[in-house]
Amino acid sequence: MEFLINLVLLLFLSAVTIAIIGVRNLFAVVVLGGAYSFLMATLLIAMDAVDVGMTEAAVGAGVSTVLLLSALHLTKTDEAPGRHSNVLPMALSVLTGLALVYGTWDLPRYGDADTPMNTYVGAEYLERSIDETTVPNVVTSVLASYRGYDTLGETAVIFTAGIGVLMLLKGRRRRKDEDGEDEGRS
Amino acid sequence: MRGHLILRVVSKLLIPFLLLFALYVQFHGDYGPGGGFQAGVIVAAAFVLYALIFGLRATQKVIPPALLEVAVPLGVLIYAGVGVVTWGLGGNFLDYGMLDSHDPSHGQHLGILLVEAGVLLTVSSTMLLIFYTFAGRGR
Repeated sequence: MEFLINLVLLLFLSAVTIAIIGVRNLFAVVVLGGAYSFLMATLLIAMDAVDVGMTEAAVGAGVSTVLLLSALHLTKTDEAPGRHSNVLPMALSVLTGLALVYGTWDLPRYGDADTPMNTYVGAEYLERSIDETTVPNVVTSVLASYRGYDTLGETAVIFTAGIGVLMLLKGRRRRKDEDGEDEGRS
Repeated sequence: MRGHLILRVVSKLLIPFLLLFALYVQFHGDYGPGGGFQAGVIVAAAFVLYALIFGLRATQKVIPPALLEVAVPLGVLIYAGVGVVTWGLGGNFLDYGMLDSHDPSHGQHLGILLVEAGVLLTVSSTMLLIFYTFAGRGR
């Protein structure tokens, strides 16, 4: 049953991807991108990664779709036709894809218990988490306690990204206001 | 948005539950899936939905951009502050066990709660602030 669900979801994913490549209308691309994120979130939930699924649904299908739409509001809605031939980019993409597929042959099977990530430190966390932290959800105790430094770093990354985007977008706006181009519009 | 009666009514019904679900994800992170990141993005998505239906100005009345600009660094400060406090109590950086002198596991719970609150603040306010800046430019 799970195999069937995954198969259907993956087929939908590839259909959406092919549609994104084919469509020239950027509005349709953004909406299809939202659909892609939603399918991805469902797939992640089917793989028991509910945390990641929730984030994907809220960020990928929700916030970033809206952000892309508001960016689209500032530009044209149709993709400009390419000026160069597509042969070289196509060959490069196919080659990269083949290399990635070749790489997956070396990956362990999904959920394999004998992989390094499940035998060394992962098993240790599972054994000691309840005794040491009494937090039933091991994901949380690993994320916030054992790997607290990493999560602090991630929070700092989000902070930095936010500040960077704000500096880029807001700084531009102010200069425009000084030139008087933007008067009465904002 | 004057028309769109169905959208307005449905989102008015949905948004309280979205926020409630975000709080559940935040505070139930110790027991079920979720935590600061997930709750943060759900909060941001709820307010973005509100802004889509009722307009940017109405949303900025609820959460002014100035407040967000304080909340973004405040979250990181809370997180790092917990680490500094555990230093002061004689432990390592982010050694939550130090937060409760009687029972280290209580300290762990308290530390994770505080740290997740910091993550929630930074993530949700960064998302919303980026949305505000993007949406404010188009007009």
